[in-house]
Amino acid sequence: MSPISTSDIIATDRFDYVIRLADDCLIYSHRLAEWSTWSPQLEEDLALTNIALDLLGQARLLLTYAGDIEGEGNSEDDLAYLREEQDFRCCLLVEHPMEHEFGDEMARLFYFSAYTVPLWEALSESRDSRLVEIADKSLKEARYHLEHAVDWVIRLGDGTEESHQRMQAGLENMWPDVGELFLSDQLTERMVRAGVGADPARLREVWDGTVSDVVTRATLQLPTAPHREGTGRRGVHSEHLGYLLAEMQYIHRLHPGARW
Amino acid sequence: MSEQPDVTPAAKRKANATPEPADTSAKDVWTLFEVFIRSRRGLSHNHVGSVHAPDATMALQNARDLYTRRQEGVSIWVIPSAEITASSPDEKDSYFDPAADKIYRHPTFYDVPEGVQM
Repeated sequence: MSPISTSDIIATDRFDYVIRLADDCLIYSHRLAEWSTWSPQLEEDLALTNIALDLLGQARLLLTYAGDIEGEGNSEDDLAYLREEQDFRCCLLVEHPMEHEFGDEMARLFYFSAYTVPLWEALSESRDSRLVEIADKSLKEARYHLEHAVDWVIRLGDGTEESHQRMQAGLENMWPDVGELFLSDQLTERMVRAGVGADPARLREVWDGTVSDVVTRATLQLPTAPHREGTGRRGVHSEHLGYLLAEMQYIHRLHPGARW
Repeated sequence: MSEQPDVTPAAKRKANATPEPADTSAKDVWTLFEVFIRSRRGLSHNHVGSVHAPDATMALQNARDLYTRRQEGVSIWVIPSAEITASSPDEKDSYFDPAADKIYRHPTFYDVPEGVQM
């Protein structure tokens, strides 16, 4: 297949690609923020909310860029607060509600960050200069997120009987939705051919290496269950997203145009 | 005569088990660390506070999350609080007062004779 020139990418493709990245960051930021006052220790509370703020910052940059691409005058706030559920393009992994199970969250943060590190590394060489800027900043943050998750996965896995079991359970619980992170569809193929997007298969290779290495060091087992079919990229979401958006969008919709 | 220790992961996990609740100190299994930060324009690390952490590596991360949110520093030291030996307030007088009346220990006490190059 011949490469597509960057100028030939239709705006809707570019918008769709960027909005997937933006929604992952926005929704996961919201979920991590739910740990506020619930973390096992005060220090961990700070760490998780710091990570949530990092992701929110990335979401803001990406949503602003998406608004610029769309060219209809939508700001980052308009896109975050006024879109309907079926217009969101986040993956299902980030929709799972916070259920006070630290092992589950560390597994999710681990899987997600092991994906975003090679993702931002790839996008820092994209032909889209705006994505390169965002990627350069986000990569530094993602590396820290991964380090934090890895430290916990190893300590909990190679810990006591209880921490080992609960960390293993976390890996298993989050495993089915990992496949969607590396979904290859017509959009990703076009973006890769244009030199703008990251190749999901390459990301998966790096991810596999990182994950199996850490899982081994943590004396845990790599899950073997099949991946669930991911529908989030098509706007078909789990039941959890609706509740999240109702909470997140409520105030903005109640007082449109309000200034603080 | 000692036996070869069993180092399978499962055995290690058993060994890692937290002590029984009767030992009340077991609740504080996180160690207290003191945090020192050197700011961008500084030459020395200054004490900024403390963090709890399971070990030194996580103490460093926690210190970064807690004490460098507003770009306070470029270098972090953490040290277990138990490792710090401090002078006692009761001994303050005998430790520090004797230096007060020995002004000959300051360079400014001495006049430089004329003609001497400094």
